[in-house]
Amino acid sequence: MLRIDAAGVHYRHLNEQIRETVRAGETVLVLDNVNGQRYIGTGLESDQVRITIHGVPGNDLAAFMSGPAITVWGNAQDGVSNTMNSGTVVVHGGAGDVLGYGMRGGKLFIRGDVGYRVGIHMKEYKDLVPVLMVGGRAGAFFGEYMAGGRLILLGLDRPAGSPLTGDYLGTGMHGGVIYLRGRPEEHTLGREVKMFDLDEVDWAFLNPLLDEFCRYYDRDPGRLRAAEFRKLVPVSHRPYGLLYTP
Amino acid sequence: MRNYLPPEYIVHIDQDRCRRCGECVRTCAFGTLRFEHGAWRQAMSVFQHGRDDLERVFDRIRDNVPDRVAADNKKCVQCHYCVAHCPEGAISIQPNPLAYRGNHHWEPHHLKNIWLQAETGGMVLTGSGNDKAYFSYFDHMVLDACQVTNPSIDPLREPMELRTYLGSLPDALEFESGPEGPVLKTRLAPSVRLDTPLVFPAMSYGAISLNAQKALAKAAVSCGILMNTGEGGMHEDLYPYAHRMVVQVASGRFGVNPGYLRRGAVVEIKIGQGAKPGIGGHLPGEKVDEGVSQTRMIPVGSDALSPAPHHDIYSIEDLSQLIFALKEATEYTKPVSVKIAAVHNVAAIASGIARAGADIITIDGFRGGTGATPLAIRDHVGIPIEMALAAVDDRLRREGIRNRVSLVASGGIRHSGDVAKAIALGADAVAIGTAALIAMGCRLCQKCYTGNCNWGIATQKPELTARLDPDRAAENLANLIRGWSLELKEILGALGLNSVESLRGSRLRLRGVGLSDADLQVLGIRNAGVGA
Amino acid sequence: MREGMVRIPSGCAISGIISTKGIRFNGEAINRSIACMHERSNGLGGGFVAYGIYPEYRDLYALHLMYETPQARGETEEYLHKHFTVHQAELIPTGNATGIGEAPALWRYFVRPERKETENGPVRDNDDYVTASVMTINSRIHGAFVFSSGRNMGVFKGVGYPEDIARFFRLEEYEGYMWVAHGRFPTNTPGWWGGAHPLGVLDWSVVHNGEVSSYGINKRYLEMFAYRLELQTDTEVIAYLFDLLHRRHGVPLDLVCRTLTAPFWKDIDRGDEREREVYTALRRVYGSAMLNGPFSVIVAFNGTMIGLNDRIKLRPMVCGRKDHFTLMGSEESALREVAGDLDEVWHIRAGERFIARLEEGVTV
Ligand code: SF4
Ligand code: SF4
Repeated sequence: MLRIDAAGVHYRHLNEQIRETVRAGETVLVLDNVNGQRYIGTGLESDQVRITIHGVPGNDLAAFMSGPAITVWGNAQDGVSNTMNSGTVVVHGGAGDVLGYGMRGGKLFIRGDVGYRVGIHMKEYKDLVPVLMVGGRAGAFFGEYMAGGRLILLGLDRPAGSPLTGDYLGTGMHGGVIYLRGRPEEHTLGREVKMFDLDEVDWAFLNPLLDEFCRYYDRDPGRLRAAEFRKLVPVSHRPYGLLYTP
Repeated sequence: MRNYLPPEYIVHIDQDRCRRCGECVRTCAFGTLRFEHGAWRQAMSVFQHGRDDLERVFDRIRDNVPDRVAADNKKCVQCHYCVAHCPEGAISIQPNPLAYRGNHHWEPHHLKNIWLQAETGGMVLTGSGNDKAYFSYFDHMVLDACQVTNPSIDPLREPMELRTYLGSLPDALEFESGPEGPVLKTRLAPSVRLDTPLVFPAMSYGAISLNAQKALAKAAVSCGILMNTGEGGMHEDLYPYAHRMVVQVASGRFGVNPGYLRRGAVVEIKIGQGAKPGIGGHLPGEKVDEGVSQTRMIPVGSDALSPAPHHDIYSIEDLSQLIFALKEATEYTKPVSVKIAAVHNVAAIASGIARAGADIITIDGFRGGTGATPLAIRDHVGIPIEMALAAVDDRLRREGIRNRVSLVASGGIRHSGDVAKAIALGADAVAIGTAALIAMGCRLCQKCYTGNCNWGIATQKPELTARLDPDRAAENLANLIRGWSLELKEILGALGLNSVESLRGSRLRLRGVGLSDADLQVLGIRNAGVGA
Repeated sequence: MREGMVRIPSGCAISGIISTKGIRFNGEAINRSIACMHERSNGLGGGFVAYGIYPEYRDLYALHLMYETPQARGETEEYLHKHFTVHQAELIPTGNATGIGEAPALWRYFVRPERKETENGPVRDNDDYVTASVMTINSRIHGAFVFSSGRNMGVFKGVGYPEDIARFFRLEEYEGYMWVAHGRFPTNTPGWWGGAHPLGVLDWSVVHNGEVSSYGINKRYLEMFAYRLELQTDTEVIAYLFDLLHRRHGVPLDLVCRTLTAPFWKDIDRGDEREREVYTALRRVYGSAMLNGPFSVIVAFNGTMIGLNDRIKLRPMVCGRKDHFTLMGSEESALREVAGDLDEVWHIRAGERFIARLEEGVTV
């Protein structure tokens, strides 16, 4: 295990050190006093590496990442798991905007609330199905342009009356599934999605993920499941077929 | 309404020369041509008795002996595939001479588009680049040559250098002394070397066929230049050429993973495109076949939507964030390029991009091509590359940051003269997309978005893509690059220069003909007749 | 040198002599040398630069000025007194000479900079301060022109054949250890005294033969570094490029020469790794500083004289040695005119440079 004190270290040096350590065969890294350093885990390729971050990592955490597992003890900022390929990121806190942009594999768990445009343009291909699971609430444009993968929004611990998501939920969505624990208001739905109840297949997919979530954040899976779940799926894989004059 | 739309072209078949081989009927992907059996039918009408028997006889004859080729003129797009492949040379395509009431304001194409839209309620789509009669600045600039006071140089026998590097440079170099002489102390940023200042710009697999991409990749390798994956990822078959490829990261992030980023020679962030500034992309599901799906990493048949902006870039500092994310992901071993469309404020934007850490800026003028875009955007948004390039080069120099980035200019470059003029205006290299497609057979029919490209370029239909032999096309492309390079050398020689960097940004070697003072000022050139 | 490449009916004559032992000699030798190439000039410009001529003012900047009006002198002197301590102000001695037109008023000042700051902000050192002041005078004060601004050296030039100019400035009365001369054949520049060569910036001076085809980009490149190219001449470009690359960027002198006359890629590719790295970087970073087209150049500054030839040898340049004298010139005859029995004579090859320096330990 290697512990790095990141206090005052520029991201470029920090990440260089991480890459060098990984190249040298080390698999367990603990970063202390992280505050705003960008690109941690960005472009890192390895299924063995586990990085624990204490503090607030900067933007583009785990961008283009392939394989590693990252745990953040703190909040995360914008752009977590940007175009991420595989691996797992677990954030013990909330996170900002545009999480999981173009994410094509791996998992991102956020304990608390997230910002705008989360899960934007996530996509899937064959067995690469990205999962982005949020414990709290989400801002507007949740799942915008979504082309694949699974977005799960639990809305836990939210004050009474506060909405699960903002407007334009799933706008432009043309692939994948959004699972919601709760029922969003109709007017917040994007034009391209329809709401359904969950079926067997959904639960078979969702159950192990809910368990995993509860393991990370120490919650009771039974209580989690004891609420209404709904799913959003796109009406068409070709939402814009009629827009053009051939 | 559409039914009343007159055809734009008339297909004329010379019935005397036509030997009914059926080549054109089989190959026109737009379904324009068919066999007509009018003569038989006419003959049939004569018989009233025993008609059934006769019909049976004639049916069999008819199946085997076609009568004549007929055209549904409305479907013809004037792609010349039939013309080029008719063994008898029996086909010609003419513009429909149908007269419209002459009107300088309401031209026939305005009327036609209105009729179309009145029927469908959709946006009019088109392909290739802006074809409207905007003023061409290239055509109003001329190059200099040496006479007497300094000699021209003969490029065939004297050295003549076109080698160009793309990448960021420091303003000054530092050296240390070593035992054998000075040693370079400054560490240069990563760069890529071009044997001639030309590159193929982004054209994605999806927009064009894999065979077309292969041809571009092979030609890029053999000519020592670059091709660009476009935003559709990199197909496995192209891996052997990856060292000569720019890998593009666009808003859709298709096919982008760490391996993809590392494989390429340059990583390019696509912000915009001259044919559709500020507009996202939309590869219709029917073009997403197995190969495209694999490369883009999306399911077969699903639409590939590229959002208008990158959703991690809403501002210049966000661009910087993505630039450095890509540098981190490639461990600072590759130059990062940013491609933008030429828009009004391009100079300030480019300056911001240079300051944001980009190593290369590609500027695409409003004549730049596309696989599909709304006509309203293609023809009315953006500015000419000549103006944009001049303004950007000027601004970067005035701010003293010209060395920080290489400039690649594109958008309607038609010949080596345009290339030389663009270089004199300040481009490090010039990207040629439409010209490259034309070298592979493209007839600029502008129907790329239909997926029916008869030349096997802008299509994914196997029977059509098979028409483009990647080796042949690569050879054609390499020949084009060679031809233009030779001409560039002649131009340099005439200018008395033996190295392309001495022309780069040398506006004094350009003169304007028939330009306004304002034009001359933006271009930073003098009027013809005004000496040095 | 290839036959047929240098036969162009234009050009100039250049010539230079340095005593590497620092022994001073008067202007007669250089005058004979340049006069020998009379046919290469057309009477529209001639000039000289002499080093080591003001030993008594060794530490002061010697500013040579030409004035077209008394008003210009008034304004300039006011400026000088405000920005410098003027130790001496005098008319440059001239004599009667045939063959030259009307001369401007010619003055010289020995000055010491008094400030560390120009209107555009602080400067690094006295040299930067003087350069900035010279540019200010030349661009702002109408009718005034500083044509020499170095220490212990001076430029003398005007419109006429060089031998007439030498007589006019009474160069036989000056003694220097290094002299450079220029006879001009301009095709299109009006006969303005300031436009004659050599061109001097601080103690750097340049004479050249040929028309640089890359002038356009060289100029734009220099403008990026705040140089104002008032004269629009190649000589000015060359002087500023030396100033920028050597004085400001600290590129070793030899590499500056190699930048201006960059080696060809094919030769760079053949070099060892160090060389490849050095020259590739030079060509990439300073590509816009490369001089393309025909030229032979003599660049001089205190203690050093450099002969440079273009990349494919489009202009002639001969070097010779006689005892402690090194001579350079457009033609061998110009050298032989001064020293008929040269110990050694050679042509500078394409893209090559020859650097003659004062011997170790010699002070001037
Ligand atoms: S020109 Fe093209 S579209 Fe027209 S008939 Fe021939 S092949 Fe078909
Ligand atoms: S690529 Fe094909 S469809 Fe597009 S303009 Fe060229 S020939 Fe027409």
